[in-house]
Amino acid sequence: MSYVLIIGAKSDIAKEVARVYAKNGYNLYLAARDSLSLEDLKHDIEIRSGVNVELKEFDITSYDTHEEFYRSLKKRPVGVIVVSGYMVEQKVAQKEWIETLNTVNVNYTGALSILNIVANDFEKEQNGFIVGVSSVAGDRGRKANYIYGSAKAGFSAYLSGLRNRLYESGVTVLTVKPGFVETKMTENLDLPQKLTAQPQEVAEDIFNAQQKGRNVLYTKPIWMVIMLIIKHIPEFIFKKMSI
Amino acid sequence: MGLISWGMYPIIKNKKISLRDAKTLPTYINSTDEFIPYGNGRSYGDSALNENILYCKTYNNFLDFDVQNGILTCQAGVLLSEILDSVIKRGWFLKVTPGTKLITLGGAIASDVHGKNHHTQGCFSECVEEFTIMLSDGEIKSCKKGDELFHATCGGMGLTGVILTAKISLKKINSAFINQTTIKTKNLAETFEAFENYKDIPYSVAWIDCLAKNEEIGKCLLMVGDFADDGNLEYKSKKKLSIPFNFPSFALNSLSVKAFNWLYYAKAKDGISKQRVSIDTFFYPLDAIGEWNRIYGKNGFTQYQFILPKEQSFEGLKEILTKISDSGKGSFLAVLKLYGKANENYLSFPLEGYSLALDFKIEAGLFELLNTLDEVVLKHGGRIYLTKDVRVSKETFEKGYPKIEQFRDFRSKNYMDKKLNSLQSKMVKI
Repeated sequence: MSYVLIIGAKSDIAKEVARVYAKNGYNLYLAARDSLSLEDLKHDIEIRSGVNVELKEFDITSYDTHEEFYRSLKKRPVGVIVVSGYMVEQKVAQKEWIETLNTVNVNYTGALSILNIVANDFEKEQNGFIVGVSSVAGDRGRKANYIYGSAKAGFSAYLSGLRNRLYESGVTVLTVKPGFVETKMTENLDLPQKLTAQPQEVAEDIFNAQQKGRNVLYTKPIWMVIMLIIKHIPEFIFKKMSI
Repeated sequence: MGLISWGMYPIIKNKKISLRDAKTLPTYINSTDEFIPYGNGRSYGDSALNENILYCKTYNNFLDFDVQNGILTCQAGVLLSEILDSVIKRGWFLKVTPGTKLITLGGAIASDVHGKNHHTQGCFSECVEEFTIMLSDGEIKSCKKGDELFHATCGGMGLTGVILTAKISLKKINSAFINQTTIKTKNLAETFEAFENYKDIPYSVAWIDCLAKNEEIGKCLLMVGDFADDGNLEYKSKKKLSIPFNFPSFALNSLSVKAFNWLYYAKAKDGISKQRVSIDTFFYPLDAIGEWNRIYGKNGFTQYQFILPKEQSFEGLKEILTKISDSGKGSFLAVLKLYGKANENYLSFPLEGYSLALDFKIEAGLFELLNTLDEVVLKHGGRIYLTKDVRVSKETFEKGYPKIEQFRDFRSKNYMDKKLNSLQSKMVKI
């Protein structure tokens, strides 16, 4: 049975994405730093779904290891899902260069590094799917979150171009733009319930969209409407706003 | 806004902490005045509400599955739906399941839930081989049937500690489909007769028309069934419809209830009909409509569920159905069910007899009506189900539960009453 590779497997969204793919019969490579901490999840998924789960040590910012990492997978994955993300408070990121750099490296540079390798391979094979978890924050830069947002904007643009390039070869590329999601990261924020998705819901949405070969997924769907409005506010008004 | 319960009433401010690691739990317990564990928020009233809430759904790893013998061990935040996704295709099913699969394993134990097969299989605790629980002093205890902790915790509404893991035994099945028979009856006497005639069939439940009057009172659709034996174990959860917003509260007037009832009657035109249906259709019809609780409007709703001993059931139900019909506060859902014998647990709801469950939207005059129904329930030796309740008085509640003092003693002896409390536990003083 085929393998799916999940990059950045430690996040709450990744964990649920892994469970959903396993439930649908896929074996998994779970790649993350300190991958041994995923032993419980591996065990959980193997019991739930009877698939194989392999833990892979992977650092998204160690770019020069990516080629070898990918070659070392004993079976070529049929799909690659990049869930890695790094977000600090905007105030911290704009003060500390190292945080800005890290934000860009994890959310953008690292994702491109591994996906370039995957894309070349899938294109040659004329088969495979790529899912990139970007963010609604990439749709327009806001003062509250523009460093993270600009890295995600870059990632969204990359995925769009990749989709265009790989169309001919039959490889699908899905851009995922989650809005608020109830995770460890947002535990202490008071998020509006109706706009906040559960990680399980996001994972099911990703699976369904990917299986249908869709291009861009907003989850919850209401975020498509919200971002459509935000994107269309004229700049001379937008620059005065606090949203 | 904080966590709410399924009935969306009451709404209180609360602080939620997610349970992810049992190692950090003693610190939380120590540093918190009082709290209540919360599963998936499907109890209707205030059983899992308090200012401090321990959110347990995030504690949800599968730990072991003996596929040969059907013995499954999970952390308590796992949903029954997740268990079904995993076990049905391997030929297993829950021995006991309530009418929603969207509850946690810990919640199933804490409410000692029951299902359409109570008359043959008993409550959820019958399939619990063993569980572990963290007590209010931070100690983790393992217990099984026969231990006092087991009998206090099963049905104990989360008031004895934080259930961490549970080992349950499953039921072997050879199909993911149910052969269902639907029987239409004309009145309560016929309904009772039908339940008795079909009592050897493992699953049964009746939908009652609450607006029926006079000699038609108690007319129902009785649905009975058992698993098919066709070897087809293919199971995919149904794609959900969703109620996207709170309906305006006038949407649920008695006209719409009548329309709903009429639709249900069209199902069994000739008195008896047979269908082959999926697990989801048979056991979890309402799960197919996400957030159906919004249909009652933003003021919320409650479910009134009581049970009466068998010999008193007929008179009692007739009296109550008459009162409801006269009140015009018709319930969208009225579910009647025959139960088997009560178990040893201190606060489990079921006893041998008939139970009726009705939904009411919260509105002026409702609680007065329910208070008069309480009197009828007590007069006939019945009791109220805490998992559904949001308003019962201490006096009414305790008259129905003969083991209540044992439960209270057990709680105070173990200092559980100092740490674990819900709005409900404070209201009925348990």
